[in-house]
Formats: sequence, C-alpha cells, structure tokens
Amino acid sequence: MACFLVSAAEAVIVTAVEKAVEKKEKAPTEMTIGFENGAPETAVKIPFSQKLKWLRNLLWGGTVLLAFEHIWHGEVVPWFPFLTAAADPADAVEMLHEMATVGVIMALLVTAVWLGMLGVAALIEKRAQREAQAGEATEAAL
Amino acid sequence: MTLLVTAFAAVISTVLWYKNAPKSDMMLGVLCLMYWGASLMWLVDAVFEYAELKAEYFTPAPAEMLNDLFLGLSVVALGLIVWLVILLIKDPRGVVKATLFKKK
Repeated sequence: MACFLVSAAEAVIVTAVEKAVEKKEKAPTEMTIGFENGAPETAVKIPFSQKLKWLRNLLWGGTVLLAFEHIWHGEVVPWFPFLTAAADPADAVEMLHEMATVGVIMALLVTAVWLGMLGVAALIEKRAQREAQAGEATEAAL
Repeated sequence: MTLLVTAFAAVISTVLWYKNAPKSDMMLGVLCLMYWGASLMWLVDAVFEYAELKAEYFTPAPAEMLNDLFLGLSVVALGLIVWLVILLIKDPRGVVKATLFKKK
C-alpha cells in the first residue's frame, strides 16, 4: 500500500548524513596492502561517505522501483491524497499497519545487508593488509 | 515473478560490474545496488505474502503471473532508464561534455 515510504524516509536521512560526512571527511587514509601477486603496494582506503553511498543507492533504488509497482497497482495516484488508501479511514489504518510491519522490515533488511557489506569490506581490508605485511617480511628475510 | 525478474537483473548487473571492476566509468555499481535494493524489498513482500497464502503463493493464476512478469520487465526497464539518466548527468567519461563543447 505504502510500504516504500519507510525506505524513502530512511533514504532521505541517509542522503543527508552522507553529505554531512563527505564535507567533514579529511584526505583518504593511505595503507599498504597486497594485491594479487602479494607484493605490498600503497592504496587508498574507501572513505566512509563512499560506503554510505552504497546504502543510499540500495534505499533509493528500491524505493523508486517499489513506488513504480505501487503506481502500477493503482495504489499511488497523481492527485491528492496521492495514496488511494489514505482516502478511506479503514484503508488508512491498514496502510499504516503495513508500513509499520512490511515497510519497517524492508528498511531493516536493506540496512542489515549494508552492515554485512561493511563487515565483508573490513575483512577484505584486514586480509590485504596481512598479506602485505607477510610480503614485506619475506622481502626483508631475503 | 517480479522478485524473480528483478533478482536476475541484480545478478546479471553484478556480474557485469565484477567483470569491469575496478573501472567504474559506466557506473554499473549504481545499477547493481538499485536492483539489489528492490530485490530485498520484494523479498520481504514475498515472505509476508507467503505467510498469508502458504503453498498457494507458488501456484498463481496464469493471468496474474503474466501481469507480474510484465511488471518485472517494466521495473527492469525503469531501472535501466534511471541508471542511464544518472550516467549521462554525472558523465564520468566526459562524453556528453566532449559532445557539447568542441576544442578550438
């Protein structure tokens, strides 16, 4: 009915936070990592604002495509009150219930997947740093 | 069906992104995340629908399935259009800029 509005609200907040973080961010951190041949090389760590962009794109993408589905099903209309369910009090209650259940779980799942992506990215960064340290140690031993 | 079509679009765009990474001049990452976001949201929708309909969820009427397939394809097309607009506006390869301004 209007479950995408919860994700849309989160997307607006994430976009604002991302812009604020981007302004405050200093020069990206340099680190030594090991690429495919294990040789240590200097690379730039992805800034947090870039990682926030992943969440922003997940949320906006999902919101736009779901909004289209709601237009397709006639649940969103181009005239006031824009949501057909909002015109009838009984339907409005059902709509709010759907937003509180389906909508909130959608936003939570997308955020959880993004947190998982952050975890995997951190693991890959640590592994690359370890490989570089091992490469440096081997070079020093030779 | 809409979830299935969008999930396939997400997988295909992710494979294309991986093939072209770390180059990002086609902004395929944006397309991937857009489709994955929609797929995750429709997954939640599907779980709720399954909880309501149980096994009936997997045996939709042919007309309903066709409508969902049509919707899924339209969603994929809309995603591609949104991505194309972002690509042309951000213009990471400077193609639009080079077309609009010719060097003297």
